[in-house]
Amino acid sequence: MKAKVFVNLKSGVLDPQGKAIHHSVELLGFTGISDVRQGKYFEIALDGSVDQQQARESVEKMAREVLSNPIIEDYRVEIEA
Amino acid sequence: MKFGVIVFPGSNCDHDAYHVISKHVGQPVDFIWHRETDLSTYDAVIIPGGFSYGDYLRAGALARFSPVMNSVSKFAESGRFVLGICNGFQILCEAGLLPGALIRNRDLHFICDHVHVRVETSDSPFTNEIQAGSVLRIPIAHAEGNYVCDDQTLDELKKEDRIVFRYCDPAGTITEAANPNGSRDNIAGICNRQRNVLGLMPHPERACEDLLGSSDGRDIFRSLAATLAAAV
Repeated sequence: MKAKVFVNLKSGVLDPQGKAIHHSVELLGFTGISDVRQGKYFEIALDGSVDQQQARESVEKMAREVLSNPIIEDYRVEIEA
Repeated sequence: MKFGVIVFPGSNCDHDAYHVISKHVGQPVDFIWHRETDLSTYDAVIIPGGFSYGDYLRAGALARFSPVMNSVSKFAESGRFVLGICNGFQILCEAGLLPGALIRNRDLHFICDHVHVRVETSDSPFTNEIQAGSVLRIPIAHAEGNYVCDDQTLDELKKEDRIVFRYCDPAGTITEAANPNGSRDNIAGICNRQRNVLGLMPHPERACEDLLGSSDGRDIFRSLAATLAAAV
């Protein structure tokens, strides 16, 4: 079983790295981009000792307490069997 | 009075802080390895600058889980004094001992420069020897010093007089041009509600000798020493 955790800055929080990437991809000639936000992606391998529901609960807790800072970031958890 | 300087893997301003306390404040000071948990003999601890845990995940995020941080929380609750400098400020925010967060600088660069900060209040154990409105010249050295918080937190900080330092120009005027990193309201340092925990991005410990370009940082350590002397 694998858990995927996506962490992104909340919409109101300035993302200077996203801005710089936005600028760079436009310099490369890509057009039609209205915004770029940079986030983080975690893959957590689970050994299968807990069921999907329990895995989700513990990974949600991990995401909330460690992987993201709730003051500036949102997270989303996906569990893959 | 006794000081402790907490050392995480990756701390690199620990010796500067130790030097300032032993030489300029003239008080006993110990290094405290991050796996220690007994802070009972200390009156004040300094969480120094550096790159604890290599800034992995987020600056300060992993240091928060070191065994010593539990003790630091209790230490702060008991009313004793905690000073977080640079990475120490980031750690205190991550640990929830101070509100808000420090994100990437507005212009992305790591900034290493002398800046001016205005002391916004004398009503703190760290600034009681400094007149409010004074301008200190202190260096900064960080990539993630852009202070953010929500509107409610900012209102509380203002109302409770907890913004201790703000970036300003040499004359003491708060301007956008004098804001090196994009911090909300030019905030350079804040304290908690009980006023015994202070976090700031500038490095006062690097501004304690004229030879290094400024000795303005001494006033902060002198204030803390005066507070402790009065408490004993």
